[in-house]
Amino acid sequence: MKKLLCTILILTVLSTLFLSGCGYQYADLDLRAEFDESLKGTELTVYNWGEYISDGAGGTIDVNKEFEKLTGIKVNYLTFESNETMYSQIKSGGISYDIIIPSDYMIERLIKEDMLQTIDLSKITNYDLIAKQYKNLFFDEKNEYSVPYNVGMVGMIYNTELVGKDIEHSWKVLWDEKYKNMALNFNNPRDAFMTAQMILGQDLNTLNKADWDAAADLLKQGKKNLQTYVMDEIYGKMETGEASVAPYYAGDYLTMLENNENLAFFYPDEGTNIFVDSICIPKNAKNYQAALQYINFLLEPDISTANAEYIGYASPNTAVIENKDYCYYQNEILYPDEADMPKVQYYHDIDADVRSYYENLWSEIKLY
Amino acid sequence: MKILSRLYIALIILFLYAPVAVMILFSFNSSVSVWRFSGFSTRWYSGLAYNTTMLNALEHTLVIALLSALLSTVLGTAAAVGIEAIRKKITKKLVMSVTQVPMMNADIVTGISLMLLFIFIGKLIGLDESLGFFTVLIAHITFNLPYVILSVIPKLRQTDAHLAEAALDLGCTPLKAFFKVILPSISTGIVTGLIMAFTLSLDDFVISYFTCGHYQTLPIIIYNMTKKSVKPDTYALSTLIFITVFVLLILYNVLQTKSEKKRAAAVFKART
Repeated sequence: MKKLLCTILILTVLSTLFLSGCGYQYADLDLRAEFDESLKGTELTVYNWGEYISDGAGGTIDVNKEFEKLTGIKVNYLTFESNETMYSQIKSGGISYDIIIPSDYMIERLIKEDMLQTIDLSKITNYDLIAKQYKNLFFDEKNEYSVPYNVGMVGMIYNTELVGKDIEHSWKVLWDEKYKNMALNFNNPRDAFMTAQMILGQDLNTLNKADWDAAADLLKQGKKNLQTYVMDEIYGKMETGEASVAPYYAGDYLTMLENNENLAFFYPDEGTNIFVDSICIPKNAKNYQAALQYINFLLEPDISTANAEYIGYASPNTAVIENKDYCYYQNEILYPDEADMPKVQYYHDIDADVRSYYENLWSEIKLY
Repeated sequence: MKILSRLYIALIILFLYAPVAVMILFSFNSSVSVWRFSGFSTRWYSGLAYNTTMLNALEHTLVIALLSALLSTVLGTAAAVGIEAIRKKITKKLVMSVTQVPMMNADIVTGISLMLLFIFIGKLIGLDESLGFFTVLIAHITFNLPYVILSVIPKLRQTDAHLAEAALDLGCTPLKAFFKVILPSISTGIVTGLIMAFTLSLDDFVISYFTCGHYQTLPIIIYNMTKKSVKPDTYALSTLIFITVFVLLILYNVLQTKSEKKRAAAVFKART
């Protein structure tokens, strides 16, 4: 009976904890830039990741609706689930978008293939809010084509109840027999290879096929230690304790933590992958001026904060990072200070030849 | 033995409905957890009102499902009547197989080939954006058609061909004969086809995925959430859709048995 009461008590406390958790409340939008209704009645098509914008649930800001109210521009909001889907949609030529938000390596490819327009930064008055370390990145060294939207890093999640607090801060835990059948790995080639490449000390963007072979061998060896390869099934598996160690994105760990407080997180000592998702304007955009206004609006401190809280990933916007009301203010996982910052590498766009080489290796691993 | 057969049926029903039951249960969960029920709450239902992306997609899905079901029912019924009227057996068989090909074809093949066709034609007539509302509507009508035809043709075969001739003899124009005599006798087949087309269109993912362009439907929006986790407001919406369809089906069945009883009573009366 006591046990039952205890569980009920814990559950209620937990649920209230969640309810009072993240959710940027606001009275009136405090705008920094100026917006006008000069483009009233036009349409803007936005193509973004699924669940990658604050949508107004629970009294938060509905970003698209606010933008429509402010400018009179109708937002046609569409979603995709991977960079590759977005790429093939644009490449097919049957559709045009005004705003897209791909990741770093995909932006590199889009620029190479001349599919993006330059962004007139003189119109993006909020651009000065972007933190210095996210400007002039490898895929857009002169900040001509992209404005950072979100940042994230990959790390290891583990269940302290199942494996204890004492765990080696390394990708090697996925190969460790202590966690046999309790470990998960990514079900996508680039991220799965990353875990092995980091152990081998490789450059993540190596063009040397022997390197990919070595990483593939390591993954094959480790396969018998894994329970399975997962993507978003990881939420259920880690929260229920069906699996005990798994690599995933830091921001998503925070979501899992809300459902299971025994989950902990570390960045492996070998280093990890960092990614930036940035806002771009495709070549065939129809409403370029409205797109500029939209980008400027997304950088607004209130809007950026609402988005950062909704998505749970780190923000490249200093107005968010320094906002004391932001629910992840100084969160050591999203914003590690310099001493705790892991060694990071970006994914670059890899030649089609090498790409298909490692994709074949990946199919072999899956069948192994 | 009886116990065994009952158990068997109970198990089948359990396996069929357990997933839906779990989804309904977790749509009332107060947290986002998919395994721990942390308390009863209707927050996901009230939150739905704010989820404009999902509501928009729902509207798209319903519009496409309704329009494509109606249009394909009209086209399909006309086609079925036409096919039944073909005298030559070989031609009839040939036309039937041709209409059935889209049904046998893998969805992904239908989807990609339709997309290519739409983009090709779009470029021919100089559109820079060919995919959208009309292409997804055409695609849905395309894959709905064979189902409507297949559910109308058996009814046509059951009706006495001489009935229409009798109506013509008695002074009906062919059109009048069709609406007064043939249509009522195949109406159950038509309604079945309509419902089938509606539900097929409602949950189509693959073909819409390739042909929808800016007109994203609900299954596509839900799929796109899988980069991050699917949130419980999706369960809430699915629950609402499930209940609506369930109630509609029950109503349809009740009405049908009622009208059948009425008809049976009328026949009985006429005979006595």
